[in-house]
Amino acid sequence: MKIVVCIKQVPDTTEIKIDPKTGTLIREGVPSIINPDDKGGLEMALQLKEEKGAHITVITMGPPQADLILREAFAMGADRAIHLTDRKFAGADTLATSYALAGALKKLDFDLLITGRQAIDGDTAQVGPQIAEHLDLPQVSYLEDLKFDGEKTFTMKRHIEEGYQILEVEAPCVVTVLASANNPRYMSVGGIVDAYQKEVEVWGKDQIEVDETLLGLKGSPTSVHKAFARGLKPAGELYEVDTDEAVGIIINKMKEKFIL
Amino acid sequence: MDFSLTKEQELFQQMIRDFAENEVKPLAAEVDEQERFPIETVEKMAKIGIMGIPIPKQYGGAGGNNLMYSMAVEELSAVCGTTGVIVSAHTSLCAAPILEHGTEEQKQKYLPKLASGEWIGAFGLTEPNAGTDAAGQQTTAVEDGDNYIINGSKIFITNAEYAHVYVIFAMTDKSKGTRGITAFIIEKDTPGFSIGKKEKKMGIKGSATCELIFENCVLPKTNMLGKLSKGFGIAMKTLDGGRIGIAAQALGLAQGAINETVKYVKERKQFGRAISAFQNTQFQLADMNTKTEASRMLVRKAAYKKDQKKVYSVDAAMAKLYAAETAMEVTNKAVQLHGGYGYTREYPVERMMRDAKITEIYEGTSEVQRMVISANMLK
Amino acid sequence: MNLEDYKGIYVFIEQREGFVQNVALELLGQARRLADELNDKVYAMLLGHNIAAKAQGLIAAGADEVLVVDAPELADYTTEPYTQAICKIINDRKPDSVLIGATTLGRDLGPRVSARVKTGLTADCTKIEVGANRELLMTRPAFGGNLMATIVCKNHRPQMGTVRPGVLFAIDADTSREGIITDYKVEFDSSKIKVKLVKTVKEETDLIDITEARILVSGGRGIGNQEGFDAMDSLATTLDAEVSASRAMVDAGYIGHERQVGQTGKTVRPDLYFAFGISGAIQHVAGMEDSDLIIAVNKDKDAPIFQVSDLGIVGDAKQIIKKLNERLNK
Repeated sequence: MKIVVCIKQVPDTTEIKIDPKTGTLIREGVPSIINPDDKGGLEMALQLKEEKGAHITVITMGPPQADLILREAFAMGADRAIHLTDRKFAGADTLATSYALAGALKKLDFDLLITGRQAIDGDTAQVGPQIAEHLDLPQVSYLEDLKFDGEKTFTMKRHIEEGYQILEVEAPCVVTVLASANNPRYMSVGGIVDAYQKEVEVWGKDQIEVDETLLGLKGSPTSVHKAFARGLKPAGELYEVDTDEAVGIIINKMKEKFIL
Repeated sequence: MDFSLTKEQELFQQMIRDFAENEVKPLAAEVDEQERFPIETVEKMAKIGIMGIPIPKQYGGAGGNNLMYSMAVEELSAVCGTTGVIVSAHTSLCAAPILEHGTEEQKQKYLPKLASGEWIGAFGLTEPNAGTDAAGQQTTAVEDGDNYIINGSKIFITNAEYAHVYVIFAMTDKSKGTRGITAFIIEKDTPGFSIGKKEKKMGIKGSATCELIFENCVLPKTNMLGKLSKGFGIAMKTLDGGRIGIAAQALGLAQGAINETVKYVKERKQFGRAISAFQNTQFQLADMNTKTEASRMLVRKAAYKKDQKKVYSVDAAMAKLYAAETAMEVTNKAVQLHGGYGYTREYPVERMMRDAKITEIYEGTSEVQRMVISANMLK
Repeated sequence: MNLEDYKGIYVFIEQREGFVQNVALELLGQARRLADELNDKVYAMLLGHNIAAKAQGLIAAGADEVLVVDAPELADYTTEPYTQAICKIINDRKPDSVLIGATTLGRDLGPRVSARVKTGLTADCTKIEVGANRELLMTRPAFGGNLMATIVCKNHRPQMGTVRPGVLFAIDADTSREGIITDYKVEFDSSKIKVKLVKTVKEETDLIDITEARILVSGGRGIGNQEGFDAMDSLATTLDAEVSASRAMVDAGYIGHERQVGQTGKTVRPDLYFAFGISGAIQHVAGMEDSDLIIAVNKDKDAPIFQVSDLGIVGDAKQIIKKLNERLNK
C-alpha cells in the first residue's frame, strides 16, 4: 500500500502569549512543531505500515524551515519526504493551499491520502476536504480509527458529536485524522541519526501541475480584513455583595462571554 | 570553533526533552518515594533507542555518539536523577566496555540485546573493602579447566536487580595487585551468582542498587573481557567514559533545579511582589545558571573528545568534578529559594538535592577526580 | 463574476435523524438580522429524507423560502450527495452567501462545497457583520484563540462561512411569519458516491479528562464537605461542565486525583474556570491561570485567587453555588 501524509509546521499555540503592553502575539521563542492532528495522521500511517506493510511519503507546503518537520517524519519512520516551497505559494488561503497541494499530489501514486483534521494555527479543517475535491476523491473526515482489509477497502471510525460513525470506502481516498486517534510515537534515536542523511525532495511551482493564477495570495478568495488580539485580561473585578446579586453578576458575566 | 549543536543534535534534544517531560517526569516523585525501579520507563526508552545511543548500528545500536548520549542523560536527569543513572550505568559501564574490549563474538552476543534495551547492563567493581582503592579487590577468579570459579561480592551496584548482564572484575592473581585483576562478563542466570541486599539510599532511590554475590560461580573462559590481568586498565578506561555520563547526570540535576526555581520565583509572592523581583533571587539565579552552563561546556567537551577518539580522561574528570559540585551547590540554592516549600516533597527540588549528592561520590569521588586532574598536571 | 447577480443568504439546515439542530436555528436568526440590514432574503436549505414536515418551522425561525431537497440519498449525511445538492442550489440560485454550522458535519461539507464551486470559506465564525460594501465581515478566532481575525471574501460568491454552534442567537419562533416552501429536485451522480455509512453509534462520553473540559467547576477548602461537593456536581451538570478541585480536596478524599488542578495535578485552560472556596495558593494557580475566564468565590477578600480572577465575589461559595444552580435551572 502507498500512503501519502500531508503535514504542516505550526507554532505551538499553547506556548503563544500575549504581550501585556501592546496586546499583540509574542511569537518569538515559540517552538515550531508538527501540527498535532497531522502527527496523528502520520502515526496512523506508521501503524498501517507495521501491520500491513506500506510505503509512506510525507509532504509539506511551507517555507524553507519546514524542512525540520520532514526530518522529524523521517525519524519517526517515513520513507520519502517532499517539501513544496515556492514564494508563489505565499499568502494562500485554504483554497489556494489545497490547490497547490493537490497539484503536487497529482504527481504521486497512492491508495490513501491522510491529512490532519485541522491545523492549530488556523483551525479551519478545510484543506483536507478541499484537496479531496480537487483530486476528485472520496473523503472521510474526523477519523478516530482506520482499518484496511488488505485488499482495497478501508473501514473507518469517524468522530461525531454524539458518538461515532463507521464508514467504508475503497482506495484511493482521502481521510482527515484527529490527534486523539492515537499517541504518536517518539522519533527514534537511530531515526534521528539517519534523518539528515536522507534526501528531502524540494518542489516549486514548476514541478507541479498548477495554474499559477490560482496560487498564493492572488489565488485566494478570502483575505484578512483585520486581525486583533482577543483583548487583554482586564484587571479583575471584585464584588462584595449579597448572594442574589452575586449570582446575577456571575450570570451576566457568563452571558457577556457567550458561555450562557 | 563552533559551540552550536548540529540540526541532528537539535532534533535529538527536542525528542529527548519531550520524552523526559512526558514519560519520565510524571513518575519521578513516585519512583523516589517508593524506591521503585522504573522498568516501564526503561521499556519505553528501549523502544526508541535510548538504551543504545552510542552503540554502532551494526550491533543494533542507534549509531549516535557520546555527545548525544550525554545530552540524553542530561535531559533525563533534569526531571529524574534515577532514570539518568540507569541509562548511564547501562551504557557507559556495561555496553561501552564490551564494545571497546570485547571479542567479536562477545559483541555479537551482548551488544544487540543491550542496545535494544532487551537486556539491562550493570558494572561491578566496588567491594566492601575496595572503593576508591580499587586495587584492594577481594573477589577471586580461579582457573578450572575451561572455566573460572568466582568467589566474593560487589556492592553498590546500580541496576543490579534488573540487569541481565554485568561487567565485573576479579583477582586472577592476588600477588600482582592491580596487575592481577581481570574483567569478566557475567549473565544473570549464571550458577552461583546471586543478587544480595538492596541499599536504602539518600537519593537516586529507584536505581536498584544492590550487592552482587558470587559463590563458586562457574564462568566459561569465553566470558573473560579483554585479556587476562588487564582488568584494572579496562576498569579505569570504563570509568573515564562513565564519568561523562555522571557529569551529564549532575548537569541535568542542576538544570532541572534551575528550571523548577525559575518557575517558582516568578509565581511565589512575598511582601507584595514575586520573589523574582528581589535582587538576591536574581543574583543567586545568575550564579546557578553560569555554573551550570560551565558544567555543560565541560561535559560536552569531554564527550566531543571521546567521539573524536582523543585522550579525554582529564576532561571527563574535570567535567565530573565540576558538574557534581555545581549540582550540589545549585540544588542547595534551589531549595533555599523555594523556602519552606522547598523542604517539602510538594516540590521536586528537595529530591534533586538528595539525588545530586551521589554525583560527588560514585564513579570516582570528587577527591579522586582531583587526583586525576592534578596528577596529569604534575607528571 | 458580477457580484450584483448574487442574492440571498442561504442557510444549510443541519438535521440529524430528522431533528433540526439548534445551530441551524441560530444561523437562521443571524441570517434574518443580516438580511434585514441588507434588504435581502433568507433561504433555508433543508436536506434529508422524509423531512418536509420540518419546513414550516424554519419559516417561523426566520426563513423567507425553504428549499426542501428530499431524497433517499440524503437520509443520512455523507459528504458527496450533500455536496451535490448544495452545489446544485448554489449554481442555480447564485446566493450572495451560504452559512453552515461548524459541526463535525458542517466542517466536512463546507470545504468540499467551497472547493467545488471555487469560492472562499471562513471557518468557525463567532461574529458576522455587514461591511461598507455590503460584504460580510466574518470574525473568527485563530492561533488557539489567541487572535481574532475578520475575514472577507471580496471577489467570489457565494461568501461562505461555517459558524460555531451556540454563539449566535436564534430569533423567537414566529408562527405567523409567511414564506414559501419549495420542493427542490436534485439528480444525483451516483458514480461519485463512494463512501458507505455502515452505522452511527451514540455513546455517553464520560470525559474525566478535565484538561478537555470547556467549563470547570472547581472547589477547595471553602466547599467544606460532601454536601458542598454534591452541590458542585449539580451545578456542573447544569452547565455541562466537569468538576475539579484543589489538592486539599483530593487529599481529603472528596474527589479523585485525576481531577486535581495545580502543580501536582493537571494544568487546565478551559473557557471558564470557577474557583469556589479556593484560596489560590500558587501550586493551584499555576495549574489554572491561563483559563480564558476565571470566576472566583471566596470568603476572604484578600485571598490570592482574586489576583488572577476576572470576576471575584467575596462570599460564601456553598450558598452561591446553590443559588446559581437554582437560577440557571429556571
